[in-house]
This record gives sequence, C-alpha cells and structure tokens, in this order.
Amino acid sequence: MTKYDAIVIGAGHNGLISATYLAKAGKRVLVLDGRATAGGCASTKAFSSGFHVSDCAQWLHQFDNNIIKELNLEMHGLRLGQPKRTLALQATGDHLVINGDSVKGGEISPADKKAFKHYKSQMRVFAKLMLKLYRKRAPKMVEANRGDQVTLLSLGLGLKMMGRKNMQDMMRLVLINIYDVMNEHFDHEGLKAAIALDAITGTNMGPRSPNTVFTYIHRMVGEALGNQGVTQVMGGMGSLGGALLSTAKTQGVEVRLDSNVSKIVKTDDRVTGVALASGEVIEATVVVSSADPTTTYRDLLGYRHIEAGQARRVEQYRTRSGTGKLHIALSALPHFDGVAPEDLSQRLVIAPSMDAMETGLNPMKYHELTTQHVFDISIPTLEDPTLAPAGQHLLTALVHYVPYALKTSWEGAREELLESLISQLEAYAPGIRTLIVASEVRVPEDFETSHGVTGGNWHHGELSIDQALMMRPFPGSTQYKGSVEGLYLCGAGSHPGGSLMGLAGKNAAQEILKQGVLK
Amino acid sequence: MNKYDAIVIGAGHNGLTNAAYLAKAGLKVAVLERNPHIGGATVSRELYEGWHYSNCSYVSSLLRPEITRDLELPRHGLQVVPFGGGATFMQNGDHFGSYSDYGRKYREIARHSKRDANAYERYKADTSRQTRLIRPFLLKTPPDPTSLRPRDLKDLVDFARPFINMGEEGLLDTIKFWTTSVGDYLGEYFETDVIKAQHAGSGIIGTALGVYSPGTAYVLLHHYMGDVDGNVGAWGFARGGMGAIANALSKSLQSFGGEIICDANVDRIIVKGGRAKGVALKNGDEYHADIVVSNLDPKRTLLDITDQRDLPKDVIQKAKNFKIRGSSGKLNIALDGLPTFTGLDPKNPLMAGDLHFSDSLERMERAYDDWKGGTWSKDPYVDMMIPSLTDPTMAPPGKHMMSVFVQYAPPKVEGREWTDDDKAGFEKSVIDQISKYSPNFKDLILHCETRTPREIEAEVGLTEGNIFQGELTFDQLLFNRPFPGYAQYRMPIKGMYMCSSGTHPGGGVMAAPGANAAREILYDLKRTNTVPGSYADD
Repeated sequence: MTKYDAIVIGAGHNGLISATYLAKAGKRVLVLDGRATAGGCASTKAFSSGFHVSDCAQWLHQFDNNIIKELNLEMHGLRLGQPKRTLALQATGDHLVINGDSVKGGEISPADKKAFKHYKSQMRVFAKLMLKLYRKRAPKMVEANRGDQVTLLSLGLGLKMMGRKNMQDMMRLVLINIYDVMNEHFDHEGLKAAIALDAITGTNMGPRSPNTVFTYIHRMVGEALGNQGVTQVMGGMGSLGGALLSTAKTQGVEVRLDSNVSKIVKTDDRVTGVALASGEVIEATVVVSSADPTTTYRDLLGYRHIEAGQARRVEQYRTRSGTGKLHIALSALPHFDGVAPEDLSQRLVIAPSMDAMETGLNPMKYHELTTQHVFDISIPTLEDPTLAPAGQHLLTALVHYVPYALKTSWEGAREELLESLISQLEAYAPGIRTLIVASEVRVPEDFETSHGVTGGNWHHGELSIDQALMMRPFPGSTQYKGSVEGLYLCGAGSHPGGSLMGLAGKNAAQEILKQGVLK
Repeated sequence: MNKYDAIVIGAGHNGLTNAAYLAKAGLKVAVLERNPHIGGATVSRELYEGWHYSNCSYVSSLLRPEITRDLELPRHGLQVVPFGGGATFMQNGDHFGSYSDYGRKYREIARHSKRDANAYERYKADTSRQTRLIRPFLLKTPPDPTSLRPRDLKDLVDFARPFINMGEEGLLDTIKFWTTSVGDYLGEYFETDVIKAQHAGSGIIGTALGVYSPGTAYVLLHHYMGDVDGNVGAWGFARGGMGAIANALSKSLQSFGGEIICDANVDRIIVKGGRAKGVALKNGDEYHADIVVSNLDPKRTLLDITDQRDLPKDVIQKAKNFKIRGSSGKLNIALDGLPTFTGLDPKNPLMAGDLHFSDSLERMERAYDDWKGGTWSKDPYVDMMIPSLTDPTMAPPGKHMMSVFVQYAPPKVEGREWTDDDKAGFEKSVIDQISKYSPNFKDLILHCETRTPREIEAEVGLTEGNIFQGELTFDQLLFNRPFPGYAQYRMPIKGMYMCSSGTHPGGGVMAAPGANAAREILYDLKRTNTVPGSYADD
C-alpha cells in the first residue's frame, strides 16, 4: 500500500496551505476532506435560486500576504475586492465613516478624530510587536530551545525599542478590556462601539471583558500582514479555497474530497495513518490535522489514546461561539437611511453603543436569545454581481451574540431569531422586508454540523489569553506538535488562531520540516 | 513645632503600618487623620449604643504574619479568632457547607456529589500551588520591567525565578490561572452549581467583574493566601472588631515614638522647588517634613491634594484613568436575638462563618448584569456573618450583630448620584433576600446601618466606594499599580510617596503596601531597613 509522508486532515485553508508548503519541500502529501468542496470555512454555497452566498466566513482581513505571493494564489484564481471603508450606522442617519486612521461624519468631534489617529497608530505599534510572534511558532518560555530563544530575544528587543512609554502602555493594555480603553480615549458612543466590535467579533466576549484589547491587537495584526481593511473575495469566499486547491495540486499535493476521515489510526505508540468512513485505511509517516483540537483528540483519535491529563485539557478547552450569520437574498438593492449608494458596497456595522453590546450579550450567558444584536454587514453583489441573478442582491451579516446552546432548544428558535434580526435591520433599512426573496440564519450549532467546527467557533477554540500564543491550544499540544508521536496540528486551534490567516498552516509545515521527521 | 521627618496622610491600617516602620527606624513621624477616630476601613464603631462592630472590613486573614509578629500586634492587643468555614443556603432548603477542615469539607462535598469530592483534592492542590507562589510577592516591591537600572534588573530576575522554576507547563498553568474567569476555573474541577457558587464568591468580592469575566480566578487567591496564626487560608474575627487591628498598629507606632493627630484634614501637599515640604490642613495649619506619604487612594492623592501644576501631564491623565469603581455595599444590623435559618441547624459551627444565598453561578452573573446596567443587584450576592457568635464583645448579651457585605452596588445609579430612596431600595433587596431563609429575621432587626458606595466614599474617603482603592485587574496590579512607572511607591514629586492599597499588593487588610512603601523610603534615605522580608514559605 502506498504510504504518504504526510496526510493532512481537512482541506480548509490551513490544511491546504500546510500541505502545499510540505509538498514544495518535496514531500508526498495527501489531503482528505469530507466536504465536496475545498476551503473549509472559506466556502460558498448555492442559496435560493441563482444566488451564491459565502455561507461561513464573510471577510478577508487577516490573510498573510506573504502566503499569497509565495503560493502564487493570484495566478491560481484568487481575486480580492477593494479594501472597504466601515460605515458605523447611527440611529440618526448621520453615519460615521471610518477609513484607515480617519473618521468623519456622525458629528464626530475634532478631539475624537485626533484621538482616533493616535489610538490607531499606537495599536499599530503593538500589532507590529505581536507580528514577531505570528510568522513563527510561539516560543516556549522556560524550555525554550535555540529557535525559541531567538524569538524571545527578538520580542524583548522589540519591546525595549518601543520606548518606555509604549512599553508601560503595553503592560497595562495587554490584559485590559476595550470598554475602559475606549472611554479613556473617545467621547463618541458610535465610534467606541465600532472599534469594540472589531475586538469582540468571532468571540463570545463583551467589550467589558478583560482580554478584549488583546483580541483587538490580534485583529490589527491583519494590517501588519498586508491587509488594508476588510475585503470580500471575488466569486465568494469559496474562491479562496479554489485557488488554494489549485496551487496545492500544482505542487503535487493529492487532494481527495468527499472523503471523510473517521479515525486517526494509532499503532503502538505512534500515529500511523487515518481511516476513512468507508473503512479504507491510509498510512503516512505523520498525520497533520487541521480539524479543531477537540475534534482531533476526542472524535478522531479518541481519549484512550492520549494521556489522561491531556484528555482533561481537551475537555476543558473552551470552544464556545457567540457568532451567527444572517443571509438574505434580495430582489433589489436595499435602501439604508443616510447611506449613499456608493457606500452600500462598503462594510456596514450596526453597533449603537458598548453598553448596548453588553446588554445584548447578557442573555447569551444564560443560553437565552437576545433581542439586541450587533451586525457586521456585507452586500457583496455590488462589487461582484456574479453572486446573484441580474439586478438582484445578497446581504450577509456576521451577527453577535448568538448562543451555542439554548435552555429551550433551537427547534423553532431559529425562526424567532431570524424575525428579530430582520426587524432590527429594518430600523436602519426601511422596506427591506419587501425585497426579501429568501433568508436564513445560521447559528453556531449549524457551523458545527456543516463545517465540522466544534462549538461553531471561528477560531477552533476561544482566542482568550489563556488559550493563545504559547498556550494554544493547551500545554502538551503547543507548537503544532500533537501530544502523540506522529500527530501534528495545523489549524486555527493552534497559534496564532483563526480569522483566515493561513499562518497556522504555514508555521506547522515549517515546524514539521524543521523537526526532520520526514525523510 | 510642627516639624517632622515624615508625615503620613491617613490613619488607615497601611498609613499606621508605614508610620510604625519609619518610627522604628528612628524617624520623627506624625500620622494626620481627618476623622476623630483612626482606622479608615479597618475600624470598629459604635453607631448604635451597645454594639461595637466592624463598620467596613469585617474579617481578617490577609494581615501579613511578618508584620503581626514584627510590630508585636498581639502584645498590643490584637487577637484574631478563626472561624471554621461558611455555607451557601440552597433554594431547595438544603445547604452546602464549606468547612475549613479538609476531611469535613470532603464529606460535605461528597454528600452533594461524589465526583466533585474526587475533584476537590485536585482543586485544593492546584489552588494551593498558586497561593504558595504568590505569597512571597506580597512583601516585595514590584520590579519595573521597563527599567534597565541594575537594581531593577536584579529585581526582575528575582521576580521571574520562581516562575521559571515551575517548568513550562507549570508556568503556562499559572498564566492560565491568572487570566481565566473564576467560573471557568471552577468548572474545570466541579460540576455541582452550588459548590461552584460557594467558591466563586471569593473571585468577585470587591470587583467590578462577574464570575464569567476573565481575571476573576486570580482574585480567589486573595481569599486563600492569608492565614490566622500560620494556618494558611483561615479567616477570623479580630476581637473587638477590625478596629482592634488599627488600635494595635497605633499602639505599636506610638511605642516607637510616632504620633497620631486626629481631626487633621489635609488640604494639600506643600511643594517647593519640585520637592515635598509638608502639608497644609483645611484650617490653615501646616506640618512640615521632607517626606510626605499619602495613604489616600491614587485619585485623591494626585488629583485632590496635589497641585496639578506640580505633576507631569501624563501622570494626571493616568490618575484620571485609574479605575476605582465601587461595586459593593454593606449592611450592619443590630439584632435582638439570633435569627433562625431554616436550612442550617443553629448549633452548626458554619453559622459562625460566612453565609451566602446565591446558589448558582447564573444568579451571581445576573447580579453583575444589574451593576453593568447601573443599578444595585435585585438578587444580590451577600457575604453575611454574625461575628457576635464568635466575639461576644460586639453586641450586648443575648443580642447579635450581623454584618452583610453585598455585591453589587454601582458607584452611581444609572449615571446619577445615589438618593436616599435608592439606598432604601438597596437595603430592601438585601433584607428581603435574607428573610426568605429566616422567618423571624425581620422582626429581630433593632437597627440597620446601610452603606452604599456613596456612604463608603463620604465616610471613609474611598473614591467611588471601591473597597480595594482601585480595581484588582491586571492592568492595575503589580508593576501596573497604580499605573506603570509609578508602581514602586514613589510619586513624581521628590519626597512624596504613596503607601496605600492603591499600591502593590492592593486592597484587603494586608498592611503590605504600608510596609513596602516604608522599605522604599528608608532605602532612599539610606537608612537601615526595619521592614521584614516575607517568610520563606512552607
């Protein structure tokens, strides 16, 4: 039977990227995915009649541009849209327009404008420092080997180079909450909330939650990686998967879709391959899982194959999501009060205030539905008309806060939620209801089913500080090495986390190559 | 005349400690206190005839044993009597008892859940490990990671060493412990809600956070890292109320020649040529010294009694940004007898300990939601005690004193000042809750003194009623307390220091800030240090 150097579980972006870098180094790689298309959470699906919706990830804003270059993704069909401005919609109709470091409209004061520039440039300094940790494995601190020591030294130097004031600010900011920081810098409630949204998106935390400046800085690293704001992917997010699939195949990676891995096979003391749902067993020197850590250890490998302490860590690994998705197919372009037609193609957010966000968050903690949501809206059909029949449009939105589990059940609750979301949208886009051809809401549980992500969590596990950097996903499985010989992790559940960065996949491949386990 | 070597502003326990150590080193010290009585929040009052009770802080554990021994506080009258644990009453009439004795607690947990009883050993071991790690840092000045001076680099290395000695996994577990929420932390050990709720209370007392807020697991340590007579983790009542601590400290201070001057309300610190020169009182009197130590919180110190022109602009901004939001209230109740609680036998020793009614994490989190919404908790978390069961001097014979500490109460109600109606509503929410579990409680109430953040600020001088003189979140702890660059007790003006809970290691009746500040002052004066280091731990 043919034996591969590496089997990669999952043809999501990290899996494909990992496989491609291994193949570039001359290794024989097989990628397996149970879905019919590549791309994982960067996916497009047919919706209603003639619509194509990015049914999971909505924006690209963190992808490492180095990877785009190194893997020739543009040549393989990746086309990014234009970087978007953010319009923070205000109830008055006088909206804030945030473009890079400048903000106008919404009766924003000159003091706030100046403060925003200052705030962004300081966050940029911190993001640049964090970047030192992102394009490589997060270093161990006590058992640091030579490579880790170099990283730590570089980090330490970077800290010192920031200057004493920035260092002191960083010491204070690294564990603080964004709510307090926003109140220190700005007056405008809408501006504070728009910035706070960037801090909490993809998490189940509120602006008052400590850790939320860390998640904001994580998001700012996207800029350091070469992104000038959020963009859509032309053809739908699935095109990213398509481009990655194409480049992987060009490098000689073998990709089998519709091939669900049901088991990671362990023989004696090491992982030796995988078993498919069909029963077929495929052998490899290493198995690299881009599935989330819980799926990898609990479902695919099984707890009896790992040490009891590790099993406990897997159980304790937090995967709760608070993010839902709204998809609406529209018969015509909707009207948003106060939004000029040329701005409808931009990123529209509805987040009236940080206190409203906290109030909206509360019910989720008790597994109840909230009636006050935060929206991050895209109307991708303006920039990319191919996504809908002529003259018709799509509106998608990332929605917070949607619980994973409900005290009652999701039976019937989806309809209630969908209705609530549309009503809230109507307040800003009167008449939109009459344009609705089809609509659906996707809750975290749905992403678990459709995309195989435990808890429906973007990051394959909360990106809180105790599950970040050198602690990600948990001790014993950090630095891309699983806690069993021959097993590696290359997905968002590893450092540096999710948000479609591609770094986990690339770093994992480089780690495997460096370790020399593949002859 | 009014000329001293050092003046300490505020006769709270840290100010008294600071002055005692300076006096012990031979300095001529005066402590100036605006009230007619000393103690700050470490005080016993008789606001209702016959009842001598702890008005603010009400239990002792964190008082550093090194200081207790070194300043000979027992000789000066301090006696702390431990109690044997507390309990949470459950809505179904049962209770969960958190006994201090390991075996008893194990059996009690097993009564609720055998599985959780098995987890308890692991919980105790893991939490003790974190406790032992932190204890030596209490009587140490925080290092300054941004400084390249040899002394600071050495301090940083000494600071890092215990962490490095833990190994990689130990270090990661410690970082996890310090950043996770108490709800999540407890969830890694226990399944039973009331067991989690009983323990989680320690994670949110005095904080502006909820049980699911990251950073609350660390606050658990404040509950576990103290001791009574060497029994780590024990809590006790100071005989005569917490004022006994202040009294013992003042006697110790006076035995070294230090002075305490009451009814002395400081208006401002006198600064000449960039140097502290003394203080001026509101009545015009002046006291002169080259060392001025403020025991007030950072906001009051830097924004009220210091002229803004004498401070760098960034320090003024940092003081304004310092978070000191109150979240607690207190009811001190004089009772005509012992109330009966259906759910706990009156002879059960737990009656003498800390009693609570929030039997689920959800209830505690909802109580926090109310605070976020700008109102007091409709279903509050209470830390209720009847100290007179242990210390009969607190109330006339046969009668009892009940102390009820409450979370949450906001510094302002929906953005405006507390009114008397608000205070009455707050009081009612607590009394109603207790009445649900004790049918005769209301009838026994002789007098109820209710303190919202408004009263706590007005009477004790704690800004916004925050009992810890500043929130205990990492952005304001250790080398960040009160803010980075000024975390070593020295203020921007030469000769000016802070010794209060607004400095490391923070609030709670520890006396460590006062001692640590004294150490730094003596170092600057190139005098022999009189402040003890922390004991090598078990």
